[in-house]
Amino acid sequence: MNYFKESIDSLHEKLVNKEITAEELTKQTFENIDQTDPKVAAFLALNKEAALAKARQLDQQGIDPNNVLSGIPVAIKDNLVTKGLTTTAASKMLANFNPIYSATVVNKLDALDTINVGKTNMDEFAMGGSTENSAFKVTKNPWDTTKVPGGSSGGSAAAVAAGEVIAAIGTDTGGSIRQPAAFNGVVGMKPTYGRVSRWGVIAFGSSLDQVGPITSTVKDNAVMLNAISGLDKHDMTSSDKEVPDFTANLDKDIKGLKIGIPEEYLAEEISADIKQSVQKAADYYRQLGATVETISLPNTSYAVPAYYIIASAEASSNLQRFDGIRYGFRAENAKNLDDLYVETRSQGFGDEVKRRIMLGTFSLSSSYYDAYFKKAAQIRTLIINDFKDAFKKVDLILAPTTPTTAYGIGEDVSDPMTMYMNDALTLPVNLAGLPAMSVPAGLDKDGMPMGIQLIGKPFDEATIYQAGYAFEKETKFNQNTPKMGGNN
Amino acid sequence: MNFETVIGLEVHVELKTNSKIFSPSPVDFGAEPNLNTNVIDWGYPGVLPTTNKGVVESGMKAALALHADISKIQHFDRKNYFYPDNPKAYQITQSDTPLAQNGWVEIEVDGQTKKIGIQEMHIEEDAGKNTHGGDHSYVDLNRQGTPLVEIVSTSEIASPDEAYAYLEELRQQIQFTGVSDVKMEEGSMRVDVNISIRPIGQTEYGTKVELKNLNSFNYVKKGLAFEEARQRKIIMAGGEIQPETRRYDETTGQTILMRVKEGAEDYRYFPEPDLPALEISDAWIDEIKNNLPEAPSKRRDRYVNELGITEYDAMVLTQTKEMSDFYDRMIELHADPKQSANYLQGNVNAYLNDNQVDLQDTKITPENLATMVNLISDGTISSKMAKKVFKAITEGKEPKQFVEENGMVQLSDPSQLQPIIDEILSANPQSIEDFHNGKDRAIGFLVGQIMKKTQGKANPTVVNKLLIASMNK
Amino acid sequence: MSSNISKEEVAHVAELAKLKLDDNKLDYFTKQIDDIVGMFETIDKVDTTNIDPTYSVTDQLNTMREDIADNWNQRQALLDTAPETKDGFIEVPTIIDESGDGE
Repeated sequence: MNYFKESIDSLHEKLVNKEITAEELTKQTFENIDQTDPKVAAFLALNKEAALAKARQLDQQGIDPNNVLSGIPVAIKDNLVTKGLTTTAASKMLANFNPIYSATVVNKLDALDTINVGKTNMDEFAMGGSTENSAFKVTKNPWDTTKVPGGSSGGSAAAVAAGEVIAAIGTDTGGSIRQPAAFNGVVGMKPTYGRVSRWGVIAFGSSLDQVGPITSTVKDNAVMLNAISGLDKHDMTSSDKEVPDFTANLDKDIKGLKIGIPEEYLAEEISADIKQSVQKAADYYRQLGATVETISLPNTSYAVPAYYIIASAEASSNLQRFDGIRYGFRAENAKNLDDLYVETRSQGFGDEVKRRIMLGTFSLSSSYYDAYFKKAAQIRTLIINDFKDAFKKVDLILAPTTPTTAYGIGEDVSDPMTMYMNDALTLPVNLAGLPAMSVPAGLDKDGMPMGIQLIGKPFDEATIYQAGYAFEKETKFNQNTPKMGGNN
Repeated sequence: MNFETVIGLEVHVELKTNSKIFSPSPVDFGAEPNLNTNVIDWGYPGVLPTTNKGVVESGMKAALALHADISKIQHFDRKNYFYPDNPKAYQITQSDTPLAQNGWVEIEVDGQTKKIGIQEMHIEEDAGKNTHGGDHSYVDLNRQGTPLVEIVSTSEIASPDEAYAYLEELRQQIQFTGVSDVKMEEGSMRVDVNISIRPIGQTEYGTKVELKNLNSFNYVKKGLAFEEARQRKIIMAGGEIQPETRRYDETTGQTILMRVKEGAEDYRYFPEPDLPALEISDAWIDEIKNNLPEAPSKRRDRYVNELGITEYDAMVLTQTKEMSDFYDRMIELHADPKQSANYLQGNVNAYLNDNQVDLQDTKITPENLATMVNLISDGTISSKMAKKVFKAITEGKEPKQFVEENGMVQLSDPSQLQPIIDEILSANPQSIEDFHNGKDRAIGFLVGQIMKKTQGKANPTVVNKLLIASMNK
Repeated sequence: MSSNISKEEVAHVAELAKLKLDDNKLDYFTKQIDDIVGMFETIDKVDTTNIDPTYSVTDQLNTMREDIADNWNQRQALLDTAPETKDGFIEVPTIIDESGDGE
């Protein structure tokens, strides 16, 4: 089974009508992965035995006709801990790490009887935008296997794009769901900070990280967000706001919706095709009765430095626990305690992780704290204020997700600066804690997928889904499927 | 050259809560190694801390007892450093916005009272414990996450005696809030001190030396006194004080160099992003203030002014909250205040000392002790009998029942005593005559005979009265 | 070559972070970090007078847990996944400096 022609709803119907059993579906999913993944390399670990056992159990119980996710195979990014299933965050540091508990998101999906098929590849500890920083393998873009799938949730996005699973969980600290979604022509939602619990998510930037779904359709995405959202007593930053049914208003027309396009997001670095895709999207929205105006987010250019200071600082602290003492990799033959620390960390972390740890350590050190970390936190306030002002005028912000489409494997990784600038359009949303979704916006002149980004007010994922659904219905861009992959 | 001494004290007090400050694991580090630990305490990948409301409240109680202003908006900060007993490689503490600031305690040294300022108080998590053996060390994380309140004094402490008095006062104030056992010998109170001296008149401070391993108030005093003298000697000899950490050696009474401090450590503090800020409302502060147990100084005033006991007695009774609560309960049961105070600081304290136990760990109850005191007051038992009764009380026995079972009740009933008196008088006509001739000794003799006859149970007061009346008939 | 950060500073930062860099790597990282810090410094020109810093974007305030002890009974599982243990302790190379965090 590949999932190009399926939706969660259509699969659910087949399961309920017993056109296919959960076990058959799971088996076929693994068969397809076995065929496809050697080319895409989206998965780090497969959960075959447990998945099939659970599917059989579901078949015995009978598929719950009221639970649309019952028996639906999903994949989980490898920075969410899964009890009994190796979790590495794509780092040598956790190469054989077998967690003793599961992330809240994983537990929620499990409780809703989804089938966890396995763990997807990513940039080590979610640091990077190409999935090339994985310690284990390089995931390829299913649209062109010489190109990167984006990152850091590159495995999750590629797995969905290649039809290996219908839905996958990603995490987004500076664009790590939306950018790979755009690069792979799929839908990726980064929810409002606090919408989804971070318990069990191996922390990168604690004030920025959010978990979200990657799917091929907007509706599937809404279904998945319904499943994973909500207050968690284990995560005190998770919100106690009520979680609406994100699928409820998908069909509602968007007449009168006020959309703003920030002029700063259409700067010259953005590829012409992508700029054009945004303009086209604006035209569609106007046709559907929305108003579209140009707005300004004046502090946008400072978002990149502010983000990299804050994210690196938090990461430097979060990653200190990987010291070889209590779990994970421990360097051998350490002469003394300090040697154990230094050898474990020097051998266990890859270069990009080391670079960020050093940057973060630098920004937090007492002589630079005020000039870097604190200043960045003040700029964060300015960026939040920009969005607040914008949302006084508009309901939704429309912008490109990425400056370019997917680039070639090996092209950017040598130059961190270029890589960091690639996140310029996604990371302001993380600084402000806002929800944003990338939806497919067609193919560029080279046939590679483009994405547009819809940014909403805090906790207003519903409007994003509504607008995304309208766009998808109108354009059917989501029906583009990559040339390679599975039985296609 | 005359010098003045500048002492700063950092006191860590363990808060006695059910669960840890950022994880629900039980606070009990006497258990098997790592028994009371979970993924949070191990700093496992993906875990997040959760703030224990009980810790915030206990911290607020301590802050209010020390007259400190509670910060209305607080957040936690991370203090980053690598150490095996520090699983996340950062400690969650408060650096930007401490729990409270500007507190004070009043101390008395050589009859002079002085206010010592408390610069700030913050709540934080304790680390685990490392033990050493052979070519390895061993980590037990049971203590990891135990709540602490750190109390930082101002530099107004000017002598080892003042430091001692400050610690005593601090201990007592906190002990009375009930938030901690505050026992140095058990590690629930830990003291780090820094001390510098400077020639009188000099405005800048001298170089600070930090002292560690001070396991009792006495050692704090002795260590500081040694250090004061050591620094003076160096300066007088034209030397310079090094910024260093020294350890107090209990056997020699000296301080020993541990390490010279090379520049300040860089802990890279920053606000903890995993925990939302705390907004402490006035209503919450008031609620805690209203439920705060009565402070020791207030209790002393009450004991002296309302119950009429001496200042000294009041002081002894307010050494610990348990003792003072015990006393208050006895008063509630209408035991005589003076007698109760006597028994508590006499027999009870002697018993506690002999057995090296705390009052709350004995079988002595205020109910039983009050009953005993009341039995003495109403003449049921003599103070001589009370000794046996007290022993029974320490064994958990109810005094009235004990007295009855052992036939210890004093004979005070005149209708029972009169026939015996008559019998003794008729047998001793000479003594009656002696009495009428003014020989007082005759009474003593007759009372003795009566006591003998009653096997010591006769109430001497009643006997005296009845005897004189009989002879004057 | 470096204008924003020196090799010595990078070496110091690496030491704080318990990372070892050989000379080649030190040069490599110094160059990159220097570029990135140069980018960081563009925020210098933003006037942030009287702007409060934002350290968290959670909408939660005063979230606290009641003080109820709950042992999750994870001891054995935790010890089982630890690299080296002995008698219920986590084993590490001898700790020489016993002064803890020093404060």
